[in-house]
Amino acid sequence: MRYIEPHAHMVSRTTDDYMALACAGCKAVNEPAFWAGFDRASSQGFYDYFRQITEYEPKRAAKFCIDHYCWLCINPKEAEDVGLAREVISIIPDFIDCDNVLGIGEIGLNKNTRNELQILEEHIQLAVDHGQMILVHTPHLEDKLKGTKLILDALCNHSEIDPSKVIIDHVEEHTAPLVIDKGFWAGMTLYPESKVTPNRAVDMLEMYGHENVWMNSACDWGISDPLSVPKAVLEMRRRGYDDSFIDKVVYLNPAQFMGQNPKFKLS
Amino acid sequence: MSEKKTNLVELGFMDARIKLIDIAAFLDRIDRHEQSDDYRVAALKEALPELLSNGPGRAARILDMLSDQSTDPVSESKIQGAFGAPSREQ
Repeated sequence: MRYIEPHAHMVSRTTDDYMALACAGCKAVNEPAFWAGFDRASSQGFYDYFRQITEYEPKRAAKFCIDHYCWLCINPKEAEDVGLAREVISIIPDFIDCDNVLGIGEIGLNKNTRNELQILEEHIQLAVDHGQMILVHTPHLEDKLKGTKLILDALCNHSEIDPSKVIIDHVEEHTAPLVIDKGFWAGMTLYPESKVTPNRAVDMLEMYGHENVWMNSACDWGISDPLSVPKAVLEMRRRGYDDSFIDKVVYLNPAQFMGQNPKFKLS
Repeated sequence: MSEKKTNLVELGFMDARIKLIDIAAFLDRIDRHEQSDDYRVAALKEALPELLSNGPGRAARILDMLSDQSTDPVSESKIQGAFGAPSREQ
Protein backbone atom coordinates (compact mmCIF):
# COMPACT_ATOMS: atom_id res chain seq x y z
CA MET A 1 0.00 0.00 0.00
CA ARG A 2 1.13 3.53 -0.77
CA TYR A 3 -0.40 6.65 0.70
CA ILE A 4 0.13 10.34 1.36
CA GLU A 5 -0.40 11.86 4.80
CA PRO A 6 -1.88 15.18 3.68
CA HIS A 7 -2.13 16.88 7.08
CA ALA A 8 0.47 16.23 9.76
CA HIS A 9 2.27 18.51 12.19
CA MET A 10 5.53 16.65 12.16
CA VAL A 11 7.43 19.30 14.12
CA SER A 12 5.61 17.98 17.18
CA ARG A 13 6.16 14.29 16.43
CA THR A 14 9.10 12.05 17.21
CA THR A 15 11.44 10.59 14.64
CA ASP A 16 9.97 7.19 15.53
CA ASP A 17 6.74 8.42 13.95
CA TYR A 18 8.54 9.04 10.65
CA MET A 19 9.74 5.44 10.84
CA ALA A 20 6.19 4.21 11.50
CA LEU A 21 4.77 6.29 8.63
CA ALA A 22 7.42 5.00 6.23
CA CYS A 23 6.83 1.39 7.25
CA ALA A 24 3.08 1.86 6.70
CA GLY A 25 3.66 3.02 3.11
CA CYS A 26 3.66 6.80 3.48
CA LYS A 27 5.38 8.48 0.53
CA ALA A 28 4.83 12.15 1.41
CA VAL A 29 3.66 14.31 4.29
CA ASN A 30 1.96 17.67 4.02
CA GLU A 31 2.50 20.03 6.97
CA PRO A 32 0.22 23.07 7.34
CA ALA A 33 1.39 25.80 9.71
CA PHE A 34 -0.44 25.51 13.03
CA TRP A 35 -0.74 26.50 16.67
CA ALA A 36 2.15 25.33 18.83
CA GLY A 37 -0.10 24.70 21.84
CA PHE A 38 0.69 28.13 23.25
CA ASP A 39 0.55 31.64 21.80
CA ARG A 40 3.81 32.90 20.33
CA ALA A 41 4.86 36.32 21.54
CA SER A 42 6.24 37.80 18.33
CA SER A 43 6.51 37.37 14.58
CA GLN A 44 10.11 36.26 15.12
CA GLY A 45 8.77 33.04 16.60
CA PHE A 46 6.88 32.42 13.37
CA TYR A 47 9.95 33.28 11.29
CA ASP A 48 11.87 30.52 13.07
CA TYR A 49 8.90 28.14 12.70
CA PHE A 50 8.68 28.81 8.95
CA ARG A 51 12.41 28.09 8.67
CA GLN A 52 11.86 24.84 10.56
CA ILE A 53 9.13 23.58 8.21
CA THR A 54 10.84 24.77 5.02
CA GLU A 55 14.45 23.82 5.83
CA TYR A 56 14.80 21.34 8.68
CA GLU A 57 11.68 19.16 8.53
CA PRO A 58 12.15 18.14 4.86
CA LYS A 59 15.60 16.80 5.76
CA ARG A 60 14.21 14.83 8.71
CA ALA A 61 11.52 13.31 6.48
CA ALA A 62 14.00 12.51 3.71
CA LYS A 63 15.91 10.19 6.05
CA PHE A 64 12.87 7.93 5.84
CA CYS A 65 12.36 8.35 2.08
CA ILE A 66 9.32 10.58 2.73
CA ASP A 67 8.83 13.81 0.75
CA HIS A 68 7.85 16.79 2.89
CA TYR A 69 5.63 19.72 1.84
CA CYS A 70 4.26 22.60 3.88
CA TRP A 71 1.85 25.53 3.96
CA LEU A 72 2.30 28.93 5.64
CA CYS A 73 0.10 31.19 7.75
CA ILE A 74 -0.67 32.37 11.24
CA ASN A 75 -3.27 29.92 12.48
CA PRO A 76 -6.74 31.05 13.58
CA LYS A 77 -6.05 30.46 17.28
CA GLU A 78 -3.44 33.24 17.23
CA ALA A 79 -5.33 35.46 14.80
CA GLU A 80 -7.30 37.26 17.50
CA ASP A 81 -4.26 39.55 17.89
CA VAL A 82 -4.66 41.40 14.59
CA GLY A 83 -1.40 43.33 14.97
CA LEU A 84 0.66 40.17 15.44
CA ALA A 85 -1.24 38.42 12.64
CA ARG A 86 -0.45 41.20 10.17
CA GLU A 87 3.23 41.11 11.11
CA VAL A 88 3.28 37.37 10.43
CA ILE A 89 1.42 37.75 7.14
CA SER A 90 4.04 40.31 6.08
CA ILE A 91 6.89 37.76 6.39
CA ILE A 92 5.12 34.92 4.55
CA PRO A 93 6.15 36.16 1.06
CA ASP A 94 9.80 35.65 2.10
CA PHE A 95 9.09 31.90 2.23
CA ILE A 96 6.54 31.33 -0.54
CA ASP A 97 9.17 30.44 -3.12
CA CYS A 98 10.79 27.75 -0.96
CA ASP A 99 10.88 24.39 -2.75
CA ASN A 100 8.41 22.61 -0.43
CA VAL A 101 5.82 25.37 0.06
CA LEU A 102 2.52 24.51 -1.63
CA GLY A 103 0.27 27.32 -0.43
CA ILE A 104 -1.36 29.28 2.38
CA GLY A 105 -2.72 27.29 5.34
CA GLU A 106 -4.11 26.14 7.57
CA ILE A 107 -6.09 29.36 7.71
CA GLY A 108 -9.68 29.60 8.88
CA LEU A 109 -11.56 30.28 12.08
CA ASN A 110 -11.41 29.04 15.68
CA LYS A 111 -14.03 30.82 17.82
CA ASN A 112 -15.67 32.60 14.88
CA THR A 113 -14.72 36.13 15.97
CA ARG A 114 -14.63 39.29 13.89
CA ASN A 115 -10.84 39.51 14.23
CA GLU A 116 -10.35 35.92 13.11
CA LEU A 117 -12.59 36.58 10.11
CA GLN A 118 -10.65 39.74 9.23
CA ILE A 119 -7.35 37.85 9.28
CA LEU A 120 -8.88 34.98 7.28
CA GLU A 121 -9.87 37.47 4.57
CA GLU A 122 -6.37 38.95 4.57
CA HIS A 123 -4.85 35.47 4.19
CA ILE A 124 -7.22 34.76 1.28
CA GLN A 125 -6.08 37.99 -0.38
CA LEU A 126 -2.44 37.02 0.24
CA ALA A 127 -3.06 33.69 -1.51
CA VAL A 128 -4.76 35.41 -4.45
CA ASP A 129 -2.00 38.03 -4.75
CA HIS A 130 0.68 35.32 -4.89
CA GLY A 131 -1.25 32.73 -6.92
CA GLN A 132 -1.26 30.23 -4.06
CA MET A 133 -3.56 27.35 -3.18
CA ILE A 134 -5.36 27.41 0.17
CA LEU A 135 -5.75 24.84 2.97
CA VAL A 136 -8.50 25.70 5.45
CA HIS A 137 -8.94 24.70 9.10
CA THR A 138 -12.54 24.57 10.31
CA PRO A 139 -13.36 25.13 14.01
CA HIS A 140 -13.83 22.48 16.65
CA LEU A 141 -16.98 20.82 17.97
CA GLU A 142 -19.91 23.23 18.53
CA ASP A 143 -18.17 25.98 16.54
CA LYS A 144 -17.61 23.93 13.36
CA LEU A 145 -20.98 24.39 11.63
CA LYS A 146 -21.12 28.16 12.04
CA GLY A 147 -17.41 28.54 11.26
CA THR A 148 -17.65 26.45 8.10
CA LYS A 149 -20.53 28.60 6.84
CA LEU A 150 -18.60 31.83 7.57
CA ILE A 151 -15.49 30.45 5.84
CA LEU A 152 -17.48 29.38 2.79
CA ASP A 153 -19.02 32.85 2.59
CA ALA A 154 -15.58 34.50 2.79
CA LEU A 155 -14.20 32.27 0.03
CA CYS A 156 -17.24 32.46 -2.24
CA ASN A 157 -17.44 36.24 -1.88
CA HIS A 158 -13.93 36.56 -3.34
CA SER A 159 -14.19 36.75 -7.12
CA GLU A 160 -10.73 35.30 -7.76
CA ILE A 161 -10.99 32.13 -5.67
CA ASP A 162 -11.04 28.87 -7.64
CA PRO A 163 -12.71 26.25 -5.39
CA SER A 164 -10.72 23.45 -7.05
CA LYS A 165 -7.57 24.93 -5.51
CA VAL A 166 -8.95 25.14 -1.98
CA ILE A 167 -9.32 22.28 0.49
CA ILE A 168 -11.53 22.73 3.53
CA ASP A 169 -10.34 20.34 6.20
CA HIS A 170 -11.80 18.65 9.28
CA VAL A 171 -15.26 18.20 7.71
CA GLU A 172 -17.82 16.03 9.49
CA GLU A 173 -21.19 14.67 8.42
CA HIS A 174 -22.96 18.01 8.95
CA THR A 175 -20.41 20.13 7.05
CA ALA A 176 -19.12 17.85 4.27
CA PRO A 177 -22.11 18.45 1.95
CA LEU A 178 -21.81 22.23 2.40
CA VAL A 179 -18.18 22.10 1.26
CA ILE A 180 -18.52 19.59 -1.55
CA ASP A 181 -21.66 21.17 -3.04
CA LYS A 182 -19.75 24.44 -3.56
CA GLY A 183 -16.97 22.70 -5.48
CA PHE A 184 -14.28 22.79 -2.81
CA TRP A 185 -12.12 19.83 -1.83
CA ALA A 186 -12.96 18.30 1.54
CA GLY A 187 -10.56 16.87 4.10
CA MET A 188 -11.57 14.32 6.73
CA THR A 189 -9.47 14.27 9.89
CA LEU A 190 -9.24 11.01 11.79
CA TYR A 191 -8.93 11.70 15.51
CA PRO A 192 -9.36 9.32 18.44
CA GLU A 193 -11.63 11.70 20.41
CA SER A 194 -13.01 14.42 18.14
CA LYS A 195 -13.53 15.01 14.42
CA VAL A 196 -14.16 11.61 12.77
CA THR A 197 -13.23 7.99 13.33
CA PRO A 198 -12.03 5.75 10.51
CA ASN A 199 -15.52 4.18 10.45
CA ARG A 200 -17.24 7.54 10.00
CA ALA A 201 -14.74 8.65 7.38
CA VAL A 202 -15.50 5.60 5.26
CA ASP A 203 -19.23 6.22 5.86
CA MET A 204 -18.76 9.71 4.41
CA LEU A 205 -17.05 8.29 1.33
CA GLU A 206 -20.14 6.13 0.84
CA MET A 207 -22.54 9.05 1.37
CA TYR A 208 -20.73 11.90 -0.39
CA GLY A 209 -18.48 10.12 -2.87
CA HIS A 210 -14.74 9.66 -3.14
CA GLU A 211 -13.91 12.46 -5.57
CA ASN A 212 -12.11 15.58 -4.32
CA VAL A 213 -11.68 14.29 -0.79
CA TRP A 214 -8.72 13.23 1.31
CA MET A 215 -8.15 11.63 4.71
CA ASN A 216 -5.55 12.75 7.19
CA SER A 217 -4.40 12.19 10.76
CA ALA A 218 -3.63 15.85 11.58
CA CYS A 219 -1.24 14.34 14.12
CA ASP A 220 0.23 16.96 16.41
CA TRP A 221 1.18 17.41 20.08
CA GLY A 222 -2.33 16.47 21.26
CA ILE A 223 -4.23 13.19 21.36
CA SER A 224 -3.83 12.03 17.77
CA ASP A 225 -2.69 9.01 15.83
CA PRO A 226 -0.15 9.34 13.00
CA LEU A 227 -1.23 5.93 11.68
CA SER A 228 -4.94 6.71 11.49
CA VAL A 229 -4.96 6.80 7.66
CA PRO A 230 -3.70 3.19 7.43
CA LYS A 231 -6.42 2.30 9.98
CA ALA A 232 -9.04 3.83 7.68
CA VAL A 233 -7.55 1.75 4.87
CA LEU A 234 -8.11 -1.34 7.01
CA GLU A 235 -11.73 -0.29 7.48
CA MET A 236 -12.13 0.08 3.71
CA ARG A 237 -10.64 -3.39 3.19
CA ARG A 238 -12.98 -4.87 5.81
CA ARG A 239 -15.94 -3.44 3.91
CA GLY A 240 -14.71 -4.97 0.69
CA TYR A 241 -13.24 -2.01 -1.18
CA ASP A 242 -10.53 -3.00 -3.63
CA ASP A 243 -6.96 -1.76 -4.00
CA SER A 244 -7.75 0.70 -6.80
CA PHE A 245 -10.47 2.41 -4.74
CA ILE A 246 -8.21 2.65 -1.70
CA ASP A 247 -5.27 3.92 -3.77
CA LYS A 248 -7.43 6.66 -5.21
CA VAL A 249 -8.62 7.85 -1.80
CA VAL A 250 -5.33 7.80 0.09
CA TYR A 251 -2.75 8.40 -2.65
CA LEU A 252 -4.10 9.65 -5.98
CA ASN A 253 -6.56 12.17 -4.51
CA PRO A 254 -4.05 14.03 -2.32
CA ALA A 255 -1.51 13.85 -5.15
CA GLN A 256 -4.10 15.35 -7.51
CA PHE A 257 -4.87 18.25 -5.19
CA MET A 258 -1.30 19.01 -4.13
CA GLY A 259 -0.07 18.45 -7.70
CA GLN A 260 -1.88 21.57 -8.81
CA ASN A 261 1.24 23.28 -7.50
CA PRO A 262 4.09 22.32 -9.87
CA LYS A 263 6.46 22.15 -6.89
CA PHE A 264 4.73 18.93 -5.81
CA LYS A 265 6.77 16.08 -7.26
CA LEU A 266 6.79 12.63 -5.71
CA SER A 267 10.28 11.16 -5.73
CA MET B 1 -16.35 -3.20 -3.97
CA SER B 2 -16.01 -6.95 -4.03
CA GLU B 3 -19.09 -8.96 -5.02
CA LYS B 4 -19.32 -10.51 -1.55
CA LYS B 5 -21.32 -8.22 0.72
CA THR B 6 -19.59 -7.53 4.02
CA ASN B 7 -21.68 -8.17 7.15
CA LEU B 8 -21.46 -4.70 8.70
CA VAL B 9 -23.45 -5.77 11.77
CA GLU B 10 -20.89 -8.47 12.44
CA LEU B 11 -18.17 -5.89 11.95
CA GLY B 12 -19.59 -3.06 14.05
CA PHE B 13 -22.10 -4.40 16.59
CA MET B 14 -19.71 -4.97 19.50
CA ASP B 15 -18.19 -1.51 19.05
CA ALA B 16 -21.66 0.10 19.03
CA ARG B 17 -22.71 -1.97 22.05
CA ILE B 18 -19.67 -0.82 24.02
CA LYS B 19 -20.36 2.84 23.19
CA LEU B 20 -24.06 2.57 24.07
CA ILE B 21 -23.30 1.05 27.48
CA ASP B 22 -20.60 3.65 28.02
CA ILE B 23 -23.17 6.44 27.51
CA ALA B 24 -25.53 4.75 29.98
CA ALA B 25 -22.74 4.38 32.53
CA PHE B 26 -21.74 8.03 32.02
CA LEU B 27 -25.29 9.19 32.77
CA ASP B 28 -25.43 6.91 35.85
CA ARG B 29 -22.07 8.28 37.02
CA ILE B 30 -22.98 11.96 36.80
CA ASP B 31 -26.32 11.25 38.51
CA ARG B 32 -24.53 9.42 41.29
CA HIS B 33 -22.17 12.36 41.76
CA GLU B 34 -24.99 14.93 41.36
CA GLN B 35 -23.43 16.63 38.34
CA SER B 36 -26.22 16.17 35.83
CA ASP B 37 -27.25 19.84 35.74
CA ASP B 38 -24.49 20.73 33.25
CA TYR B 39 -25.61 22.29 29.92
CA ARG B 40 -23.54 19.73 28.03
CA VAL B 41 -25.38 16.86 29.69
CA ALA B 42 -28.68 18.50 28.79
CA ALA B 43 -27.53 18.80 25.16
CA LEU B 44 -26.49 15.15 25.15
CA LYS B 45 -29.86 14.02 26.49
CA GLU B 46 -31.72 16.14 23.95
CA ALA B 47 -29.76 14.47 21.17
CA LEU B 48 -30.31 10.88 22.32
CA PRO B 49 -33.85 10.45 20.88
CA GLU B 50 -32.35 11.15 17.45
CA LEU B 51 -30.70 7.72 17.65
CA LEU B 52 -34.15 6.16 17.30
CA SER B 53 -35.28 8.30 14.38
CA ASN B 54 -35.90 6.67 11.04
CA GLY B 55 -33.90 7.18 7.92
CA PRO B 56 -30.29 8.10 7.24
CA GLY B 57 -28.57 11.22 8.48
CA ARG B 58 -28.68 10.56 12.21
CA ALA B 59 -25.01 11.51 12.70
CA ALA B 60 -25.41 14.79 10.81
CA ARG B 61 -28.58 15.67 12.72
CA ILE B 62 -26.94 14.99 16.09
CA LEU B 63 -23.94 17.10 15.06
CA ASP B 64 -26.35 19.88 14.10
CA MET B 65 -28.05 19.62 17.51
CA LEU B 66 -24.68 19.96 19.24
CA SER B 67 -23.71 23.01 17.15
CA ASP B 68 -23.91 26.74 17.71
CA GLN B 69 -26.75 27.79 15.39
CA SER B 70 -26.02 31.54 15.44
CA THR B 71 -24.78 33.08 12.21
CA ASP B 72 -22.92 36.32 12.96
CA PRO B 73 -19.26 36.46 14.00
CA VAL B 74 -18.84 37.19 17.72
CA SER B 75 -17.16 40.42 18.78
CA GLU B 76 -14.43 38.60 20.70
CA SER B 77 -13.69 35.37 22.53
CA LYS B 78 -11.90 35.06 25.84
CA ILE B 79 -11.29 31.34 25.35
CA GLN B 80 -9.59 29.37 22.60
CA GLY B 81 -11.14 25.95 23.17
CA ALA B 82 -14.52 24.32 22.52
CA PHE B 83 -16.69 22.23 24.82
CA GLY B 84 -18.82 20.02 22.57
CA ALA B 85 -22.18 21.73 22.96
CA PRO B 86 -23.27 25.35 22.56
CA SER B 87 -23.50 27.38 25.73
CA ARG B 88 -27.10 28.10 26.74
CA GLU B 89 -26.12 31.79 26.90
CA GLN B 90 -25.39 31.89 23.15
